Amino acid sequence: MQNILAIWQREIKSYFVSPIAYVVLTVFLFLSGFFFFSYLNQVIQATMMQAQFGQGSQPIDVPGIIFKSLLQTTSVVLLFIVPMLTMGLFAEEKKRGTIELLLTTPVGHFQAIAGKYLASLTFLLILILTNVITILPLFLHGQPDWQPMLSGYLGMFLYGMTLLAIGLFISTLTENQIVAVMATFGVSLALFVIESFSASATGVAKSVIDYLSVMSHLEDFIKGVIDTSHIIYYVTFAFVGLFLAYRSLESMRWKN
Amino acid sequence: MIEVEHLSKVFNGRKAVDDVSFYVGKGEVLGFLGPNGAGKTTTMRILTCYMPSTEGTARIAGYDVFEESLEVRKRIGYLPENPPIYPEMTVDSYLNFVAKIKGTPAGQRMAQVDKVVEECSLGDVRRRIVGRLSKGYKQRVGLAQALLKDPEVLILDEPTIGLDPKQIHEVRTLIKGLASTRTVILSTHILPEVSMTCNRVVIINKGKVVAMDTPEGLAAQMKGAERIALIVDGPSEAIREKIHAIEGVISIQATDEKEGRPTSFAVECQLDTDLRPVLASTIVSQGWGLLEMRGVSMSLEDVFINLTTQEPTEADSSRR
Ligand SMILES: Nc1ncnc2c1ncn2[C@@H]1O[C@H](COP(=O)(O)OP(=O)(O)O)[C@@H](O)[C@H]1O
Ligand SMILES: [Mg+2]
Repeated sequence: MQNILAIWQREIKSYFVSPIAYVVLTVFLFLSGFFFFSYLNQVIQATMMQAQFGQGSQPIDVPGIIFKSLLQTTSVVLLFIVPMLTMGLFAEEKKRGTIELLLTTPVGHFQAIAGKYLASLTFLLILILTNVITILPLFLHGQPDWQPMLSGYLGMFLYGMTLLAIGLFISTLTENQIVAVMATFGVSLALFVIESFSASATGVAKSVIDYLSVMSHLEDFIKGVIDTSHIIYYVTFAFVGLFLAYRSLESMRWKN
Repeated sequence: MIEVEHLSKVFNGRKAVDDVSFYVGKGEVLGFLGPNGAGKTTTMRILTCYMPSTEGTARIAGYDVFEESLEVRKRIGYLPENPPIYPEMTVDSYLNFVAKIKGTPAGQRMAQVDKVVEECSLGDVRRRIVGRLSKGYKQRVGLAQALLKDPEVLILDEPTIGLDPKQIHEVRTLIKGLASTRTVILSTHILPEVSMTCNRVVIINKGKVVAMDTPEGLAAQMKGAERIALIVDGPSEAIREKIHAIEGVISIQATDEKEGRPTSFAVECQLDTDLRPVLASTIVSQGWGLLEMRGVSMSLEDVFINLTTQEPTEADSSRR
């Protein structure tokens, strides 16, 4: 436990001494704010149109719409940000040779992975919190339904958790951070866009595609539905990523 | 304390370490000497459980490095070839981190860090960022890290590389001081290092052990020959032939040869025959100019060069 904590702490500190943390936070906060206002603007215009043409029979759930759009956008933004959080986890240790220190002390492979993964999850939580701050104005002038928001953020965390595990695994495979970033982005993007093939596929292929797509599992959460099958999907995926990372570290000690 | 038996490591079909065996007793300092690419780092990485061997076994304090890796890792301090530093950390926080992952209890951590800082003379830079320190200081930070938690066995890969002469002296003194209570294996490609710090030397070349002895023993082993340096003005081919024909001469090699200029030779002769008068008269009688003649006694340096520049087949046969 001491080992996991030590590695977690070092990793968090290293995020915040390098410019990565600040660049990522700034960009994330800027994009969240930007999209928040642009969606707000769109909804206001739609409401005004509705009022003008006298179709005001059905009230529009303004905060709900803004929140859903914002979360969908955030899921895309995370595709770009997660690879930057995971690229260094192992690749940089390999590059600097500190992996030689880590693997020749009593630190276990599991502990090394756990400490680093927890650090990246911590950063993800910080990102999600900044996103929460962005939507706080919605509570100023109304009583938005907070339950879908809670489930939306839970989904977002699970979704990020999966991407982080994939990125962590890829980071164990190379000592080049650029390669790690590109490969993680590529794999995440593939899991993200695979959904678009769903419409043209049929039968088993369709259900496989629907199951693999990271996005399709997020939609229910954003609608306010917490479905255990989606939780299982994300947790399984994250577990597979971490397990592969574990095997990848182990393989360095295998006899060929 | 360290037992290595028939260790081999193959990288992509090439043997980097080839059937290496040696033993280091408790409290001994073993010098692992060899030119670059000899397989020193690879051997040390196997000993520290960083990579597995292809064949053979290694045991540290009775534990197999492959089967009982955790027990081994608890007992060693390792300084890799490149100091494993996190450049963004301060010396203090780095050493604290290493103390933590080595499992030092929180209560003893401060004292442990203070101790290695003292031992490696890092007091002045404790609060500095490791990445901005000079190469020498980085090396000492790496050494300090290896000393944390007082390991029984120290494995140091080229501990004095990149240091200035004063620092080299300090580190050697430090290693000597450590040796009384610990078992140390250190690699180097610099000769004087082993004669100064080690009880025993293993010379390794192209993955194979070519010699194993005390530094004095090795020097004595090679004392089967005397060497004379010559500078002669004349046709070098003819000079070589003529001198080689003299009785008592084992070999003659041109050490510096340029067209139209006097050639330098190194002549190896049998012990206790002073060939200098014969050499001089032979050269003069041929009408060549004898510009210089000097007796050179063989040093550990020569032993090393001799052992590591021989053809592999010769090294093989001398070992068997
Ligand atoms: N990870 C590796 N993959 C492939 N070849 C390697 C690897 N590490 C070392 N080698 C090769 O093994 C040989 C011995 O290298 P090394 O142990 O680093 O020598 P030394 O430390 O004595 O200079 C070299 O020829 C080197 O190229
Ligand atoms: Mg080396």
